[in-house]
Amino acid sequence: MKTKSIIINVNGTDRRAEVEPRLLLVHFLREVVGLTGTHVGCETSLCGACTVLLDGRAVKSCTVLAVQANGRKVTTVEGLAQGEQLHAIQNGFWEEHGLQCGFCTPGMIMCSHDLLCRNSNPSDTEIREAINGNICRCTGYQHIINAVRNASRKMNEAVTADVAATR
Amino acid sequence: MSNNGKAAVENKAANWVGKKLKRKEDPRLVQGISHYTDDLKLPGMLHCVLVRSPHAHAEISSIRTDAAKALAGVVAVYTSTDAAAIGMVPCAIQMPDLKVPKHPVLATDRVRYVGEPVAVVVAENLYTARDAAELVEVDYHPLPVVTDMEKALGNDTPFVHEQFKSNKGFTHVLKNGDIDQAFKNADRVIKQRMLNQRLAPAAMETRGVVAEYLPGEKRLTVWSSTQIPHLLKTQISLMLGMPETSVRVIAPEVGGGFGSKLNVYGEEGIIPWLAMKLGRPVRWSESRRENFLATIHGRDTINDVELAIAKDGSVAGLRVRILADLGAYHQLLTPLIPQLTALMLAGCYKFPAIDIEIVGVFTNKMSTDAYRGAGRPEATYIIERIMDIAAHEMGMDSAEFRQKSFPQAAEFPFTTVTGLTYDSAKYQEALRKARELAEYDKLRARQKAGWKDGKYYGIGVSTYVEICAIGPSAATPAGGWESGTVRIEPTGKVTLLTGASPHGQGEETTFAQLIADELGIDPDDVNVIHGDTLAVPYGIGTFGSRATAVGGTAAYLATQKLKTKMANLAGHLLGCAPGEVTIGRGSLTAKGGKSISYGELVLSAYTARNIPAGFEPGLEATHFFEPSNFTFPFGTHIAAVEVDVETGEVKIEKYVAVDDCGNVINPLIVDGQIHGGIVQGLGQAMWEELIYNEDGQLVTGSLMDYALPRAHFFPEFTLDRTVTPSPVNPMGVKGVGEAGTIGSTPCIVNAVCDALSPLGIRHIEMPLKPERVWKAIANAPTPATAGTSSARRNA
Repeated sequence: MKTKSIIINVNGTDRRAEVEPRLLLVHFLREVVGLTGTHVGCETSLCGACTVLLDGRAVKSCTVLAVQANGRKVTTVEGLAQGEQLHAIQNGFWEEHGLQCGFCTPGMIMCSHDLLCRNSNPSDTEIREAINGNICRCTGYQHIINAVRNASRKMNEAVTADVAATR
Repeated sequence: MSNNGKAAVENKAANWVGKKLKRKEDPRLVQGISHYTDDLKLPGMLHCVLVRSPHAHAEISSIRTDAAKALAGVVAVYTSTDAAAIGMVPCAIQMPDLKVPKHPVLATDRVRYVGEPVAVVVAENLYTARDAAELVEVDYHPLPVVTDMEKALGNDTPFVHEQFKSNKGFTHVLKNGDIDQAFKNADRVIKQRMLNQRLAPAAMETRGVVAEYLPGEKRLTVWSSTQIPHLLKTQISLMLGMPETSVRVIAPEVGGGFGSKLNVYGEEGIIPWLAMKLGRPVRWSESRRENFLATIHGRDTINDVELAIAKDGSVAGLRVRILADLGAYHQLLTPLIPQLTALMLAGCYKFPAIDIEIVGVFTNKMSTDAYRGAGRPEATYIIERIMDIAAHEMGMDSAEFRQKSFPQAAEFPFTTVTGLTYDSAKYQEALRKARELAEYDKLRARQKAGWKDGKYYGIGVSTYVEICAIGPSAATPAGGWESGTVRIEPTGKVTLLTGASPHGQGEETTFAQLIADELGIDPDDVNVIHGDTLAVPYGIGTFGSRATAVGGTAAYLATQKLKTKMANLAGHLLGCAPGEVTIGRGSLTAKGGKSISYGELVLSAYTARNIPAGFEPGLEATHFFEPSNFTFPFGTHIAAVEVDVETGEVKIEKYVAVDDCGNVINPLIVDGQIHGGIVQGLGQAMWEELIYNEDGQLVTGSLMDYALPRAHFFPEFTLDRTVTPSPVNPMGVKGVGEAGTIGSTPCIVNAVCDALSPLGIRHIEMPLKPERVWKAIANAPTPATAGTSSARRNA
């Protein structure tokens, strides 16, 4: 099969590759780049385990072709922490027991990231609706809701602290 | 990490058990830097895809693989002829009249369910393997199909296995007490047929296997997404006819199992065989479609239930006839699951007599086997539904009716009519607490008022008991004990090797908590190792809500042995008797107050220059724990629903669960297990259903058609617990992995039927999708008060 040359910026680093046009973004991330935090749960965009950010918005990377992401920015779960410092959403999931087996977690975290960028203080209902494209079979969702709420609070506190510091 | 006190967890405390400790597993999982089977990449690794039957029943006349083999990048294509050396897919159950069909890893001359593997394609990458699988040509001659259990037992049916001349796989009878007398003297007999539909466990991580063989070392390493690495190791060695000492199984991160990975699958024989044959590592990852077709299913029973009620309103006898769909072949535990249903059919009630007959039936479908609850949700559904129907028929409050037949706390240990000994319980207390939390009386008052206005509120009650800590070896097919080895390393850090094999349950944290308490150290200093057969002594695995009660107890008792050893050495070093040594936080103290640090003691044990006579150097102890009984957690769930009689839609308004799993090690983890369990149970009650059509095609075999519960389907659940320690193990724990699933399913169905009882609706089969509820309303003896719900909408 013919290949196409692409460059995708993944977590801040440009990744060049020759890929088949049919290669899914999730397989590009996992098999070509070697970042396996983005999981394959269904390959039909129904479970959300493969959710990543494409130019800052959540997409299911099993239904995006790698060539469609050419020249664009992808953020995966591996791109959230700053060194040892977990992102507030990762920390929220940890503190509130928002995960059990952890398989859906990267997708849930990226989806929550999308939500919190659009709505910094979502209600429980808004959280439940925002993550309804992501399936978790373990937690029953309640601790995930708590985790997103926790992250929202911490992120807002951080913003308030930043504003205070600049005054 | 930030922890500003608002978080639900704490990081430091003197007594770790009982604390909401953050999980040790999570930092690697929330960063996506851990490894599930599909994340493994070995040098030279090949990828494989299975070619599966599109027919539910067919003869295979030929398989042509030339075109597939000719595709660039394809390494090999094999069929059953090539793989004849691989042994059968194992079934661990033995019963006197059990029919056990041959179950080859690749179909030979015949396929018996859609999804049965017929060939395997190996290629340099996944995409090529998938392309090549399309090029394998199989000539099938379709045969008559049977998917309906009652038809399968009738005359004029096709046989799934010709040689048996019947589709009956087994008959199991459990009878006790004078059942005929119970029914003869009954004040009332309640009869109901109820179905327990077929479900998909649907772990978010599908199955996967990676295998590598090193011929020099004669070492086969198999990474599999499994709940039972040790049992799998033994079975792989038997399937491949190689010494078990050459096989290492590793369960890496496992993305949920729910029983579906408590099994041994054909692929777990095929992939290692490929790696050995081809001399290169091979990876197989199941697609979601395959997960629906070819990973075990749960439930699927037809139940005819008769309940005899005595004049005083107590239960007098229960007669149940169960048809259990086995599918086409037995997987590891297929015939066992309905037997667990039989054992638990007495529920939490004092039945004087019981009569159960179960017939296992072969059909042209995927095998059923253990799915979260494994037989107990089926039992609880039967008993909790029939109790509710009875209460309605008698015009009694369903909660009041139940308590009439509870054994009282003083009657424990309580021997049931099915022959089990329930360890400890306070059923009344859980019910009382749940009623209080749910504001039960208020709900009932609102319901009555609602009916007058054409609003259909329902209240569902379910008082369940389940069987956990599986289990005494005498009652389990492959050993019911568990192993634990605790070792203090020379630097003072502690390693625990456990035969339990967690896949989301958080035992790296809970086991660390219980050991940290015993040794007076920090849980962060305890590293829990599991899932690697080369590192961990033989164990049984994680299923049947057994990990903490059996595996945790093994770890606890190993720690007690180690403490004895520590006291011996400390006594020697401090010049006192071992019995006068107290193990404290970071030090060991003699009666007189003289002490040595923990570090000094550990160093002495390893340098071994100053040790008492007969003292074995090092600090390690192992315990294999054999439980004396199962444990029996219990609880009450109460749900409040509103049914829209115009659309059939069910709205869950309130859900209260009071569960008793004995002593609690980590409340956060216990709550998580309950939440997840409730949602899975509600999934069965409301949405989930595997439907095979008459041709044996699985028509709900994708996440588009099979409705898994999603976040916006639910309100926030209200949880509480009672604590009745188990006398079966020294920690007093019971198990909590399946409780939510067991308690919740009948609770919601009871609530919906309760809401619609004024219409004369007695029972609606699961799942309670709007269409089904609407049809029941449309066909109800009494018409619903129409107009009110639209008025509500217009308001």
